[in-house]
Amino acid sequence: MISVTGLRKSYGEHRVLDGINFHVPQGTVFALLGANGAGKTTTVKILSTLTAADAGDLRIAGHDVTAEPDAVRAAIGVTGQFSAVDKLLTGTENLRLMADLNHLGRTEGRQRAARLLERFDLAEAAGKPVSTYSGGMLRRLDLAMTLVGDPRVIFLDEPTTGLDPRSRRDMWQIVRDLVAGGVTVLLTTQYLEEADELADRIAVLDGGRIVADGTAAELKRRIPGGHIRLAFTGEQHLGVAQSVLPDAVREKDALALRVPSDGSLAALKTLIGRLDDHAVDVGELSVHTPDLDDVFLALTVGKESAR
Amino acid sequence: MTVLTPAVPRLHPLRDSATMLRRNLKRMIRYPSMTITLIAMPVIFLLLFVYVLGGTLGAGLGGGRAAYADYVTPAIIMMTVMATVQGTAISVAMDMTEGVIMRFRTMHIARVSVLTGHVLGSMIQAMLAVAVVVGVALLVGFRPTAGAGDWLLATGFLAALTFAFVWLCVALGLASKTVETASNAPMPLVLLPFLGSGFVPTDSMPAGIRWFAEYQPFTPLIETIRGLLLGTPLGSTPWTALAWCAVIALAGYLWSKHLFNRTV
Repeated sequence: MISVTGLRKSYGEHRVLDGINFHVPQGTVFALLGANGAGKTTTVKILSTLTAADAGDLRIAGHDVTAEPDAVRAAIGVTGQFSAVDKLLTGTENLRLMADLNHLGRTEGRQRAARLLERFDLAEAAGKPVSTYSGGMLRRLDLAMTLVGDPRVIFLDEPTTGLDPRSRRDMWQIVRDLVAGGVTVLLTTQYLEEADELADRIAVLDGGRIVADGTAAELKRRIPGGHIRLAFTGEQHLGVAQSVLPDAVREKDALALRVPSDGSLAALKTLIGRLDDHAVDVGELSVHTPDLDDVFLALTVGKESAR
Repeated sequence: MTVLTPAVPRLHPLRDSATMLRRNLKRMIRYPSMTITLIAMPVIFLLLFVYVLGGTLGAGLGGGRAAYADYVTPAIIMMTVMATVQGTAISVAMDMTEGVIMRFRTMHIARVSVLTGHVLGSMIQAMLAVAVVVGVALLVGFRPTAGAGDWLLATGFLAALTFAFVWLCVALGLASKTVETASNAPMPLVLLPFLGSGFVPTDSMPAGIRWFAEYQPFTPLIETIRGLLLGTPLGSTPWTALAWCAVIALAGYLWSKHLFNRTV
């Protein structure tokens, strides 16, 4: 349903996308996972006809994105990370605007708007100006507006960024229901948990390249042993440990390091030996089996974007 | 054999423009302070010119305050249209900062309808504003000689004039990076009537300014309104005025279209 080959894009000297390839079959969710600035939003902008690609063969629902943008626009729906709603209008008016632009009849448009308001739990706020909506409500309205036209392909660009955990789970359920209805979804996210929850396939985007792709299980298998977590009693010991373990990544807001490792006894022995040699005092050591966090960490290790 | 792909639905520019017009009218009603400001400005100028300056300026015309009310009203009507289109530039620039425009760009709709919605909305706004201003002018002593046919012609001419300047201001609004720039860019349109035959006859001006005043577009535009409403001699002036309208409308439309279609 979505097929991308050799996608490249530069802004001046800055290479944002450096040869991206992926394929999304109908009725599946494909997640582009990456940190801020990895190129996720640029990919969505290009595929949704907002920005021109420098190179690449891009096809959506059988149409060439560059040569037939109108046909592509007729097949897609986009919900971005910045709400694409009219803030001076009410929820109902926003949905009816979409119904009119999709050339639905008056009755059909009204019915569809009412159904979507009900389904997205917005019926109560339907008559209020959108400027009074909470972040979660805005995001739901945004997606509801995308759905008025019954798109076969939906781009969700960081759909839950900035949402509270409850709204995030609501959004996930909505996406699952959509996919159950046969819609194809391209999802971008910086949350590994989100990709794990929703996506059939995941591609890790880093510095404009896809550094790994596969199902969540396949990606986890690529990192055999997860990591070893070392917690320290003082900043000083952590500093020494960091200098002798160049692979280690510091955890945010904690006196702890994560060392990528396969978790084997030999690897543990080597690690402990090294720490002993430099008289590093480790408060606590634990071995972690891999989750997607580790995959991401290992694939983008040593970079600012590693978290 | 070629692979069959689903046919692309047709575009509906008229229907989409009507939808966008409804959107803009709703926004104007939700945000009335703009419309009120746009109408208040020319009304204040009208009162100022008739009651504060009118006695002296009217004497210069060989009449009095009443004669000046007749003379200045066409210029104030012009100013009303210019104030409205200045508002267009502001609301277009504001609109472009809204996320919903991004959505429109990814939808299968006639793209120009986003702009035509603004154009039609502003034309309705301008006609309402002109009606209010003419009403006030009648109250303060404006005595047009126009018959029904002249009023019809004048209305048509004002519509053409508004259409032209609205497209210019849509382009100015699109070209502006910020809403502040958009509100300043059309300023010359509000000031140019002063450097023409709007407020005093051009033959009272010094040579250099007079030359400019006689050849700049606002003089034929104002003289056409004056001729239609007050029966002053018109000659070929309306044709010059309509030619200016056509040039400005075409330039504004092409510029707007170019600016809106550039990739982001």
